[in-house]
Amino acid sequence: MQQIIYFFQKFKYFLFFLLLELIAVSFIFNNLNFHKSKFVNSANIVTGGLYKTLSDCTEYLHLRSDNNILSEENTRLKNILERAISKSSMIDSIIVDSTKYMQKYIYTEAKIINNNYSKPFNFLTINKGKRQKIDKEMAVINSKGIIGITEKTSNNYTRVQSILSKNSNINARIKGNTFYGTLKWDGIDYNTVQLHDIERQAPIKIGDTVETGGKSTIFPEGIPIGTVLKLSQGNTADNKIDIKLFNDMSNLRYVYIVKNLDKEEILSLENTQNE
Amino acid sequence: MNKNINKILFFLFLLFLQVLILNNINFLGHINPYLYIAFVFFYPLRENRFLFLFICFMLGLFVDFFSDSGGIHAFSTLFIAYLRLSFIKIYFRKLPTDYLFFNLKSEPFGKVFNYIVTLTIIHHFIYFSFANFSFQNMSMVFLNTLYSSIFTLILFFTVNYIFTKNV
Repeated sequence: MQQIIYFFQKFKYFLFFLLLELIAVSFIFNNLNFHKSKFVNSANIVTGGLYKTLSDCTEYLHLRSDNNILSEENTRLKNILERAISKSSMIDSIIVDSTKYMQKYIYTEAKIINNNYSKPFNFLTINKGKRQKIDKEMAVINSKGIIGITEKTSNNYTRVQSILSKNSNINARIKGNTFYGTLKWDGIDYNTVQLHDIERQAPIKIGDTVETGGKSTIFPEGIPIGTVLKLSQGNTADNKIDIKLFNDMSNLRYVYIVKNLDKEEILSLENTQNE
Repeated sequence: MNKNINKILFFLFLLFLQVLILNNINFLGHINPYLYIAFVFFYPLRENRFLFLFICFMLGLFVDFFSDSGGIHAFSTLFIAYLRLSFIKIYFRKLPTDYLFFNLKSEPFGKVFNYIVTLTIIHHFIYFSFANFSFQNMSMVFLNTLYSSIFTLILFFTVNYIFTKNV
């Protein structure tokens, strides 16, 4: 007994140090696991509130460029709408607005209040949370392309796992055909991501557009990602292709969060097959 | 009492300086200084060591909260906070009785420089190793450690020089 007390007396600082380090390591491991509940994140009220105040202050500096992006997007969407109306009126004079009955996705706008892009595992914080019906595993996109997946929500803020994370796995395909692969990031350049495991016989050229494949319940089909920058060199097993992103990930402000209304139905169906 | 308030203010100042300004510098794309570890250098030696370790852990954890890095900053800050005493023994050749009057400002610059460079590099190396979290891209870890350490040290010694010159 004397020995044990002596041991604790002698190594009390080291034991205390070890205890705190173990706590820190458990936080680190929890943080990198997508499905575990997390304690250390920027979506809580203190950090979220502070980042929101800061972004409210700096917002005015970007009004001009934000307006330009918005008007570009509006023009593009108006053109798509016109085309759709003229097409349907050519086929039939009665326009049945099927979008009202067949709606599959709900879009919510949000603002990025904290953005990371320089680390191997990057996260963003946005100013919408549970009160705005944001849940985990929803797609986050903007007018130019994909940004990430919501991961952890608090009442008013949400943490988003950026596509610039070594954990990210997103289904993607080459526009115009059905060959698909998995989008990952190697952690080096924030303008370039990698497309893995695409079929070897797929006809891919430098400059081809890559978009989301629609084989997941998170991202809608056909959201743009980027263009092919470099084809795989030699015969490697995973056939890796470099993709240059459309988005400048260091310069993001307004985003859309996409909720898939059919997600639960699809997931429950897939789960019953496994039983 | 007054000293405690000073310490708390210094803690908050370094925390907010780090998360609101220094984390957003991204010099040449990804190089940031981590100046908040100056807290470890300046915290007086004579204080309770449990409290010191705990405060350093909390400082790192708060930085983690803001930068979404799990517990990486907490881990590395606590590590250098624990190692601090051994390096003081090595570089300054102090005995436990000298801790009461130990002050970085009264020590020769060469020794202080060695001491701070060592602790900074250890901290940054642990930080970037955990941030990378794999054995791939080890060259990136070393390069990041080097660049960020240089950035932190330049910033630290410049600020230190400006604020101590007239005193």
